[in-house]
Amino acid sequence: MVSITEGRSTDPETDQTVPASPPGQAVESRRGLRLRRRKEAQGDTEVVSAPPAPSQEFAVSPNDPLVAYFQGATGAVDITALELESPALDEMREAGVVMAVPLVASGELIGLLSLGPRLSERGYSTDDRQLLDSLASHAAPAMRVGQLVQEQEDEARRRERMEQELVVAQLIQQQFLPKTLPELAGFQVTAFYRPARQVGGDFYDFIELPDGRVMMVVGDVTDKGVPAALVMASTHALLRSTAPRLLSPGDTLAQVNNLLCGDIPAQMFVTCMALVLDAATGSLEYANAGHDVPYLRTDAGVVELRATGMPLGLMPGMVYEERSTVLRPGERLLLHSDGLAEAHNPQREMFGFPRVSELAGRDAEDGQGMIDLCLSELDRFSGPNHEQEDDITLVVLECRQRSAWAAPGPDPLDAETAAMAAVVEELLDEFEVASEEGNERLAFKRVAGVVADSGLSPDQIERLKTAVAEATMNAIEHGNANLGEVPVEVRVLRSADGIVVTITDQGGEHDTGEVEVETPDLVEKLEGRQRPRGWGLFLIEKMVDAMQVTTEGRRHTVRLTVRPAGAAERQGEGDAQ
Amino acid sequence: MLSSTCEVEVQEVSGTAVLVVKGDVDREAEAAVSSAYEQAVGSDPRRVILDFALTEYINSSGIALIVSVLARARAEGRSVAAVGLSDHYREIFEITRLSDFIELYADLATAVGPA
Repeated sequence: MVSITEGRSTDPETDQTVPASPPGQAVESRRGLRLRRRKEAQGDTEVVSAPPAPSQEFAVSPNDPLVAYFQGATGAVDITALELESPALDEMREAGVVMAVPLVASGELIGLLSLGPRLSERGYSTDDRQLLDSLASHAAPAMRVGQLVQEQEDEARRRERMEQELVVAQLIQQQFLPKTLPELAGFQVTAFYRPARQVGGDFYDFIELPDGRVMMVVGDVTDKGVPAALVMASTHALLRSTAPRLLSPGDTLAQVNNLLCGDIPAQMFVTCMALVLDAATGSLEYANAGHDVPYLRTDAGVVELRATGMPLGLMPGMVYEERSTVLRPGERLLLHSDGLAEAHNPQREMFGFPRVSELAGRDAEDGQGMIDLCLSELDRFSGPNHEQEDDITLVVLECRQRSAWAAPGPDPLDAETAAMAAVVEELLDEFEVASEEGNERLAFKRVAGVVADSGLSPDQIERLKTAVAEATMNAIEHGNANLGEVPVEVRVLRSADGIVVTITDQGGEHDTGEVEVETPDLVEKLEGRQRPRGWGLFLIEKMVDAMQVTTEGRRHTVRLTVRPAGAAERQGEGDAQ
Repeated sequence: MLSSTCEVEVQEVSGTAVLVVKGDVDREAEAAVSSAYEQAVGSDPRRVILDFALTEYINSSGIALIVSVLARARAEGRSVAAVGLSDHYREIFEITRLSDFIELYADLATAVGPA
């Protein structure tokens, strides 16, 4: 009887060893079936075989007739006698294979037992063949199971690698988040950070400055995962080393931007808000590199702390506007990242900045209460089982009492606070129009309805209609490239400045800040030296009291302000001739 | 998509062609305005009057269209006037300096009357 041991079969009749398994194994590859011949001597098992076949792989194209032949074969195949035009067959012969037994499971050729010549004078006997057939019928399913296990293990390893990468990104991220919050006399700081499954690159930090003040930074790196975490780490380090030297938030951002520009991968950038607080006086200086605008809750309502500046890492030599305010007892500042405002619900609606602004104005017991409120509102909005899309960072700074609080009486800072209150905004309307030619009519008609009783004169409303029409046309045509499914977002607000209309498209970077609008040269156009077109921006600028353009990522926003007549005389206003 | 319709009717009064614009003046109006102008200059008028009394909306594409008409008329030695503009669009004609090259009148009667 023939017994089979690992790697060989022993024929007691001849007392000779026949290399049996696994001399050949088939694995699928891009090129087709690959037959891999293993070294005959494996582990401790000594196999005496002739000829000594070296480890050898030969590729079998799926079109090779040998594959079809083996698939249809009923048992051991005599390779020497086989007549087939097959490159694989030639290769096998060259390797000394004389007998092959296809391993077929579920009609699929999954491997091959390939044998060299028998080590006796005689060839393979009928018994030998039967033995091999029987071996193959047992080996094939076992091998298939083995292959499946291996595939699954590969998949598991791949998943594990991805999971590990997620963990690495989270580790890097958390490594750089402050372990403790600063203790500032008269102020309370509360912070919250929750990463998305795939870390989004949010960060916040508190940097003590040598003059006793504290710089707070909140930022967000574009992109996700390890790359974002690494850029976040270097930004963090640059801020830490720069801030104590330069002290000013604007200068610090400018310097970090210059340093970052050389190192940051293309297509990546960092938004970052930097605020320097003097706890003794409540004075707050701030600059912003394109980060989400923080909201300050004051007695007069919610104020946006706006300052213009480009995100970090896009281009060197940027200047960051620096502004300041004074925090008074009872006031509360909410810093946030877009993980909150740009969260979506299952209907793909955005949580939105107006909601965040509204939340910032609500009553809350303390900073933690404010954060809980934001999170519960977000949960309510997103619905159950919703996976968080992006990191969420919330930092709340509450002014309890200023340590150098002035005695009762007129506060010298009142004027400044009053000026700040001038940017309190009330949302009057918010809507979207599809980016299709002609839809600017929907926008300006709706805006005209909303502002009908807002204190603007009929002339001003006409001008605003034209400005909204032109800005919406630009958004439809240039920003959103007439893609009907990409909406133009329109908001109408009342600020102490007047009526504000913002028109947002997804066109990304255009001009930002105060846009220089060239006056079209009509004579050149009439003489045919310039195209007749190009009136849009010029008209918008002439129709409103202020036009500002900002971008946040892909979002490109034109902000139009009209002051009610009497509040400010429009320049160049006059009766028609 | 909200499309506008613009029709332009051509009238002729003693050496003057009147283009009565009925509807919005935007990009879509181009074909109607161009073909009306083509028809109007068939009689080689000295003067072309654009009547906007029935126009509610002119946008920047419409301004560009008016600039093209004006450029062509000037090249052909014809003067151009506009009537029926609302105060708002009158202001826009002034801001764009179109009014430096197009005489503005309240209505058609004033434009053709005493001249």
